Amino acid sequence: MGAINPGLVDRAIVERLAHRHRILQLTRACFDQAGFIEVETPSVVPSPGLDFHLDAFEVVDSRAARFLTTSPEYQMKRLLASGMGAIYQLCHCFRRDEDGHNHQPEFTMLEWYRTRAGSAELMVDTEQLVAMLATRLHGRSAITRQGRTIDLAPPWPRITVADAFVRYAQTTLESVLPDEERFFRLLVDRVEPQLGRDQPVFLTHYPASMASLAKIHTDDPRYADRFEAYVDGIELCNGFGELTDPVEQRARFSADQASRRAGGKVVYPIDERFLSALDHGLPDSGGNALGFDRMVMLLLGAERIEDVMAFGASRL
Amino acid sequence: MYDTSEIRKNLKIQIDGVPYTVVDFQFVKPGKGQPFTRCRLRNMMTGSQLERTWKSGEKLERAALEEKQMQFLYLQDGFYTFMDTTNYDQLQISKEQMGDNAYYLMDGTMVDVLLFNELPIGVTPPTFVEMKVTQTDPGFKGDTSGNTTKQATLESGLVVNVPLFVNEGELLKIDTRTGEYVERVKVGR
Repeated sequence: MGAINPGLVDRAIVERLAHRHRILQLTRACFDQAGFIEVETPSVVPSPGLDFHLDAFEVVDSRAARFLTTSPEYQMKRLLASGMGAIYQLCHCFRRDEDGHNHQPEFTMLEWYRTRAGSAELMVDTEQLVAMLATRLHGRSAITRQGRTIDLAPPWPRITVADAFVRYAQTTLESVLPDEERFFRLLVDRVEPQLGRDQPVFLTHYPASMASLAKIHTDDPRYADRFEAYVDGIELCNGFGELTDPVEQRARFSADQASRRAGGKVVYPIDERFLSALDHGLPDSGGNALGFDRMVMLLLGAERIEDVMAFGASRL
Repeated sequence: MYDTSEIRKNLKIQIDGVPYTVVDFQFVKPGKGQPFTRCRLRNMMTGSQLERTWKSGEKLERAALEEKQMQFLYLQDGFYTFMDTTNYDQLQISKEQMGDNAYYLMDGTMVDVLLFNELPIGVTPPTFVEMKVTQTDPGFKGDTSGNTTKQATLESGLVVNVPLFVNEGELLKIDTRTGEYVERVKVGR
């Protein structure tokens, strides 16, 4: 037997690419039929995400500081502020130092927004999309992982972060926060592995300190209007009832910059044009950012997201 | 110290003075959250496994492990004495620590000793050893079916299953990984 030619793509991956194509077609058809417009926003941007735990690739450009986009959120919200009502995008996002079973430095994001809607509508969109894809691919709205069947039929249960911590980490959010490291350790070691094992689940009502670009719940300011879907312990998407207040948004960006500065990290500039769009006015909107490769991995029963990508980071 | 970015399978680390080997590891990062590396570890002294999660950038202590080739000298009062032939240093390993590996020791046998903080925690004998049969029943004359074996006791006390044609006094090659007879060794080739 000869050595494996490093230029070739594994047979198993080649077979999965045909199914990945099918999932792409079905996904587009789903959004197209619902009246969404597909948009394309830039990959090279002046302001990547300011989250402390995100690091962007720097692009060498003699004219100005440029980065590979970590998320199309700012540009897509500028489109909403410009009058678009329902938009979606399938694009590559780039995040340095993220590489593992479920992470790749370059991955495909499915991101969509609806105006005159909130997180509730986006959760419905999500469960209906995933269930439809499984049904069209496998003939039933379920997937199998490691011998276990996961029922994808909507509606998926919704559980708050606080309830999840009580149920799975036997502790209250009050006793954990503001220690963020402890929060994430418990989330990763105790909570996440138990989520979505028989049926996907939406985790909702994240602590206000972790709102990111979501608005704070009007009925309970301790929590943000932010949700995530989990399937078999794997985080599939992160969605918001979007923050529309430019003053609050600027304050959060400044705080993020201060954190990055204090942590010795590169401090990216604030996206002023995004804030200008918020000044003009963003209608109440809901949005969701879904890891498309992860969804394909789950639908095709693969173990790692690289297994459903033509050329993951280790196979460049 | 190792950084979490250096974690690989078979990496040897120590936690609270106990050596572990990394069996498996995974990069884990919750959304908008901090990155961790989750590891499955095997305790090198007890063999038991556990899971541990480190945050990215945390430092792990290296296990001060060393493997040395040493020569078996003698057994006395329940302790096996080995010598490092390069510097004549000696160390002792108890009967309990040797376990079944004692069956493969004869005068001058060279073994690999695994040391942690300069204390022996494991012994690996050579893959094959040659030992004399000290006791075995004679094979049944005229039996040509060849499908039965008999027991033979070797000079170290190890008992193995051997073909019927093996006689007392013969030298046998034994696989130390399985404790099984491999073949007879022809003396004086």
